[in-house]
Amino acid sequence: MRRARPTLAAIGLALSLAIAGCATPAPTRSTYDGLGGTPGIEAIVEDLLWRILEDARINRHFADADIPRLHRLLVEQICAEAGGPCVYSGESMEASHAGRQITEAEFNALVEHLVDAMEARQVPVAAQNRLLARLAPMRGDIIRR
Amino acid sequence: MSDRAAGAKACLLALAVLPWVLAGTAQARDGRLLATGGASTVEGSAGGGIVPWATLAGYGERGQSGGTAFLTRVEARDYALDAFGAAYAWNNRFELSVARQRLDIGSLGLPLRALEQDILGAKLRLAGDLVYGDLPQVSLGLQYKRNRDFTLPGAVGARDRDDLEPYLVASRLFLAGAGGRHLLLNLGVRGTRANQMGLLGFGGDRRDRREWVLEGSAAVLVNPRWAVGLEYRQKPDNLGFAAEHDWWDAFVGWFPNKHVAVVAAWADLGDIAGQPGQRAAYLSLQWSY
Repeated sequence: MRRARPTLAAIGLALSLAIAGCATPAPTRSTYDGLGGTPGIEAIVEDLLWRILEDARINRHFADADIPRLHRLLVEQICAEAGGPCVYSGESMEASHAGRQITEAEFNALVEHLVDAMEARQVPVAAQNRLLARLAPMRGDIIRR
Repeated sequence: MSDRAAGAKACLLALAVLPWVLAGTAQARDGRLLATGGASTVEGSAGGGIVPWATLAGYGERGQSGGTAFLTRVEARDYALDAFGAAYAWNNRFELSVARQRLDIGSLGLPLRALEQDILGAKLRLAGDLVYGDLPQVSLGLQYKRNRDFTLPGAVGARDRDDLEPYLVASRLFLAGAGGRHLLLNLGVRGTRANQMGLLGFGGDRRDRREWVLEGSAAVLVNPRWAVGLEYRQKPDNLGFAAEHDWWDAFVGWFPNKHVAVVAAWADLGDIAGQPGQRAAYLSLQWSY
């Protein structure tokens, strides 16, 4: 350890960046716009639901779901979280997942389908990531309930 | 070709083929998000290239198990390091790893062509999660390292041919944490007496006490499949015959799917055994299942 460490400065910079990015980011209109507005979100959610229903790892959780209603609520929720002009009218995440015993792996499977659906719609990476950052804090109310 | 070299080749081949076979039969070992499986360090533990992460090998979530195998080559002006090994993790809680390193020192003109060591690793996730919840993922690791031939390390002043290295590491992926890109940060502390990671033995004539050194890395996920970043690793300086320097590298990682990871890096390894300014190209392939 006889040398200067220029990269410690770089790591320090990254740390301060992280502290800045640590708090859940405020919703910004740009996320909503990046998702393609309400029509874009409707298409993403439709694609997401197809992917979920075709996924044998998780589709049993949706076997009794009212899919058109689920579609409407997910669009409302994503639109609202993305800073769009919507109000989510559904139950709390805690209430809607009560008794379902969703595992960490099942939760992640859904997140991956959402990422794939956004990729398929060519949503800019920053908008994808900002939406994920808004949804991630809900995980504790969703899994193992 | 000697029997030993032939054995090593066969072992490498088996390591390279096995994961593909297992991947075909694997069920439900892919619970974690793409890229969060990371790569394999040159010491075999899950992480980046020279700095371990708090995450465990593979993509297994709670209730799942999975493993990795890797091949890495680091080529500097006067040396080449080959490393290969495998790791397995249970229930996203506990990881065991095994690795062999071979440092080619042929350019030094000594009768000995290479220094080799074996590394057994264990890592326990203590708390937290890489992505979710309030706490970063925090893991406690232990690496047992042993030289295969202690003649040269002993001759240049190393005290022991084997040692145990504990380390504590915290890792967190900050979603959209860097200008809309995900930011991964790792910070760890390691208790070590290793000379050049242990390839030149443990402890030395200049200094023989365990030293607590820092190691850290930062990476940005440019998109779901590509990451770029920096790693930094402090190292002890125990041997009187030659100075030892901290290491750092800049890397690019590619995660095309949950079975393959490719990491390329440019590393500054400082002086090694009296040969100055060892800058190196690094390439690592990892299979996950």
